[in-house]
Amino acid sequence: MTTETQETVLPVAVKRKGPLIYRQSIFTRLTHWVWVICLFFLLASGLNIFNAHPTLYIGQQSAFPDLQTNGQHLDNAWLEIGAVNTDNGPRGQTTLLGHTFDTTGVLGTSGDPANPDFRGFPASVTVPSYYDLGTSRVVHFFFAWILVATLLVWLVASVLNRHIADIPPTPRDLRHLPRDILDHLRLKFEHGRKYNVLQKLAYSAVFFILFPLIILTGLTMSPGMDTAWPWLLELFGGRQTARSIHFLTMSALVAFFVIHIIMVVLAGPINEIRQMITGRYRAGPDVPFDRSKGDKP
Amino acid sequence: MSGKLLINRRRLLGLGAASALTHLLSGCDWFDGGLGMGDGLRSTLEKANDLTYRMQRLLGGQQALAHEYDESEIRQGQRPNGSTDPQGADYLALKANKFADYKLKITGLVNKEMSFSLADLRSMAARTQITRHDCVEGWSCIAKWTGTQLGPVLDLAGVKPEARYCLYHCYDTMDDGSLSGPTPYYETSDLLDAHHPQTILAYGMNNADLPVANGAPIRVRIERALGYKQPKYVHTIELVDQFANVGGGRGGYWEDNGYDWYGGI
Repeated sequence: MTTETQETVLPVAVKRKGPLIYRQSIFTRLTHWVWVICLFFLLASGLNIFNAHPTLYIGQQSAFPDLQTNGQHLDNAWLEIGAVNTDNGPRGQTTLLGHTFDTTGVLGTSGDPANPDFRGFPASVTVPSYYDLGTSRVVHFFFAWILVATLLVWLVASVLNRHIADIPPTPRDLRHLPRDILDHLRLKFEHGRKYNVLQKLAYSAVFFILFPLIILTGLTMSPGMDTAWPWLLELFGGRQTARSIHFLTMSALVAFFVIHIIMVVLAGPINEIRQMITGRYRAGPDVPFDRSKGDKP
Repeated sequence: MSGKLLINRRRLLGLGAASALTHLLSGCDWFDGGLGMGDGLRSTLEKANDLTYRMQRLLGGQQALAHEYDESEIRQGQRPNGSTDPQGADYLALKANKFADYKLKITGLVNKEMSFSLADLRSMAARTQITRHDCVEGWSCIAKWTGTQLGPVLDLAGVKPEARYCLYHCYDTMDDGSLSGPTPYYETSDLLDAHHPQTILAYGMNNADLPVANGAPIRVRIERALGYKQPKYVHTIELVDQFANVGGGRGGYWEDNGYDWYGGI
């Protein structure tokens, strides 16, 4: 009797492990961590550059109401961060699409409340922490070059080792989309050999939409590049629209980063981080062991 | 046993993450500290700007034109920035006489030093262009600029083969209230930009004489560059083979304050 119970209980009690698979090549891992550094400095220096003129517009140029005469009317700003004087002292103020919000302490004014800094984004999120447009540009363009160079390395390596095919979702993947969304909502994660469809969609958005967008809109802000590649201005509808898209794309990348980190934590941070350091990933128990793929127990 | 080890490992990872975070934050201070002018870290990062300059010259060809806009896209006045009302005695005297006594001097590595009155420049072939002025701060403004091309003016003086840059000397000064006293504004460009068809000695803006706030009597328009590369109140264009001995040695007032020499992005 006792033996029988043990036999039936054992398979359930022992947590079965899937194989330890080799999932990320050295190129994927190295470029991933270089991008982490690049995007950190690009974001922090970019916010400092934005602070030089914390207003975003649509079109070729920037509206300056005090320069408009004889019925001229140009009003193309959609985001404006600034400060206003009130009876209670200076307040930070952000106007988004005509709606004004009090953003004291974060946007417009920040730092010591008794003696606030007047700046778009606060010192805590910019590089350098002090306001210095020239230096922020030095940092920004350096890391922009590293980002583009490592993207090219990744692209060539991923075409050669066929990692590139892992990223776009296939029609079959897309049919699984509703189920995959439900699984994610129930915090039930697949640990397969390949990415799941939501991962594929997220990585596709980053590689094939957000990275090209942020690079090209960055170049569109350059008067030199607009001369070399006049199609940039036509593609994005003007230098100021490009600056707006550059900012929105940055916001999308920040949103991706936040979700990415949450998913790493929820899906098993040690396994996920190990995969990006050693390349090895503990697959789920439903993944069959395959020595020919280099699996380890 | 293994359970204990796991907890220890977890705790270790937690401690590691916490110390990594503190290192990252103190790393920012270290990074801030390495970014001063002339610091090794900054000098390394600045090499990327040379790459940008070379790449843009490569991609842009020699003389590709900046986009010229339609009259209808002039939607406002041209925003004045930087110096808007120079107070030097020599400039004030010229301004009092509506710049009738103004002379633009071409000096340095030329076969024949020359000077041009405003009337001389106005009598030369004129070029009018409606272009977008891009400030390094991020804003843009579209205006119509009228002037005479710099290239033919330089040709009259005869640029010597060893000349590599135009050094633009200006009437306006910066840092007027500072302890070290006023610093004259100056700029430099390579000869490719100097001979670019849209590089003009502008004396007119938006169908009127160039206003003082925008650089009267002469502002150099270099349309492939940012605003700080387009000097106002220019009185002398000196042909030089280097600029390390001028001002802070980086080729311009803003360059000496940490901005890149090639203001093309």
